[in-house]
Amino acid sequence: MTELLKIQGLKTQFFTSAGTVKAVDGVTYDVEEGETVAVVGESGCGKSVTALSIMRLVAEPAGRVVDGNIMFQGTDLLQLPEEEMRKVRGNNIAMVFQEPMTSLNPVLSIGLQLTETVQQHLGVDDATARARAVELLGLVGMSDAERRLDQYPHHLSGGMRQRVMIAMALSCEPKLIIADEPTTALDVTIQAQILELMKNLTRDLGVAMIIITHNLGVVARYADRVNVMYAGKIIESGTAEDIYHNPKHPYTLALLKSVPRLDQPRGAKLDPVDGQPPDLARLDEGCSFRPRCRYADAKCGMSFPPTEHVDGIHYSACFKKDELDSPMKEAS
Amino acid sequence: MAGEGGYVDEQAIKDCQHDLGMDRPKFVQFVDFITGFMVFDLGESMWTGKAITHELGLRFQLSLQIAIMATLVAVVIAIPLGTISAIRQDTWLDYAVRTFSIAGIAIPSFWLGIMIILGLLISTQAWFGEPWMPPIEYVSPLEDPVANLVQLIWPAVATGYRYSAVATRMTRSALLEVLREDYVRTAKAKGLIERIIINRHALKNSMLPVVTVIGIEFAFLMGGLVVTEQVFNLNGVGKLFVESVQNHDYTMTQALVMLVALVFVVTNFVVDLFYAMLDPRIRYS
Repeated sequence: MTELLKIQGLKTQFFTSAGTVKAVDGVTYDVEEGETVAVVGESGCGKSVTALSIMRLVAEPAGRVVDGNIMFQGTDLLQLPEEEMRKVRGNNIAMVFQEPMTSLNPVLSIGLQLTETVQQHLGVDDATARARAVELLGLVGMSDAERRLDQYPHHLSGGMRQRVMIAMALSCEPKLIIADEPTTALDVTIQAQILELMKNLTRDLGVAMIIITHNLGVVARYADRVNVMYAGKIIESGTAEDIYHNPKHPYTLALLKSVPRLDQPRGAKLDPVDGQPPDLARLDEGCSFRPRCRYADAKCGMSFPPTEHVDGIHYSACFKKDELDSPMKEAS
Repeated sequence: MAGEGGYVDEQAIKDCQHDLGMDRPKFVQFVDFITGFMVFDLGESMWTGKAITHELGLRFQLSLQIAIMATLVAVVIAIPLGTISAIRQDTWLDYAVRTFSIAGIAIPSFWLGIMIILGLLISTQAWFGEPWMPPIEYVSPLEDPVANLVQLIWPAVATGYRYSAVATRMTRSALLEVLREDYVRTAKAKGLIERIIINRHALKNSMLPVVTVIGIEFAFLMGGLVVTEQVFNLNGVGKLFVESVQNHDYTMTQALVMLVALVFVVTNFVVDLFYAMLDPRIRYS
């Protein structure tokens, strides 16, 4: 497979009155064509900012990408002039946002919102764009597509709106879709439907996908590769298999243990990750997970642990990675 | 009817009350007034003795024309300026627009009107050697539209500036709010050009509060231009209002109060219709 996107040493910071917030602090990962990569982590760890940095949509002037590069099909997106970048957005890289309730414009018809991307990038006429919109709505499993085009977002349920968002993202046949918590706002049964849909569509159309989530269940089922983020850094990466069955970072381990599992007795208590994520404006040079880590010792406070190879494509940034318990043993 | 301390014949008062229908029960008087109002029969002016609808007709037409022209002036200034100010927030352009609009709120329209007339006199004197000012005699737009426009554009600008200042600030703040919405980020992520993002995705959503302000201001202009009308010597509703109060012309005052109330109701109704046009979530059935 060929490399589609390669992010190297990405640093995005927000300059606020309270100090510089290092939202993304040296993130490196890559995405190959047609593959699904998950970025996992709790709220405020920099997952979404990474995604917005790829799209160059970080809210300026407070937020700025200060270092790194984002190579997409051989070009560094960070070096592109704004007008060239605009042509990439929606056309080569599309985005599905978290909140289908607020991410669609309430005063514009579904048809207009679906056709405008194609019209902007491909310059097709109204009839062609409309035919494409009908086709897209069919693709995302919406019945009665012709009638839907004249409806407005408030006529649709949350799940339906997210389908529209996906249809919008697919409209120009992008190479990469970034889905930022695409199912967080939906109820559980709809979540599964939407994820299945995205999985099937990306597989059938050969679109690569970065799926940003805090739901490890999503990761296990849909991702080829997983990057676990904590406090602006990727602290563990590997295949879904590696992360699930052989976690080599105490944070990953803690996350896994905090998820309810069907193969555990019903009375079993969940084991949440204690404490709060750190303030990204006040990080020291040590490991950022240290205050919440049950394995931490003096060494962890000295410097941030380097990312080390475990096996295959499995990497971890933890001094204690060989001393961790197995998630299975721990849970029983 | 009676000067201070003067003697008034009891019978004369009774006759007068009878003529005015004031000897009837209050309820009957009220029904009589309302039914008359419904069919535009507002009785006669107690000062001139002429039918009120006749007196009102011309003045209402004039006030309406100025209000409409001022609204156009305001909208043409406010929406582009407010938009520029919002999308270039905190640049020198934004500061310039905000200074211009705060000045509009601070400067009274009648003073601006005087300055406009003086400015016209001085500049025409300097450039053409002969002072010129807008004609004082009112010309109906049906008679001579050009002369009418030349006369009324100045009061429209004087009042429209203040009006536009309010609307500019409202456009700016509403647009700033909308520009932070998720759907604007979606539009950016689609790679749309900025003009479409602003015009299609942001402006339409930010127009609701602006339309509200425009409606309120419009209704105010219909009866509240008392001093500006004096400055430009226009026989509008505002001037009539002051005169009728000074002349103890109760029937006229009463009719004017009802008229201004009616204008507010109708304007609000029109504003509501605009809401439905701008936002598909609002439907009246």
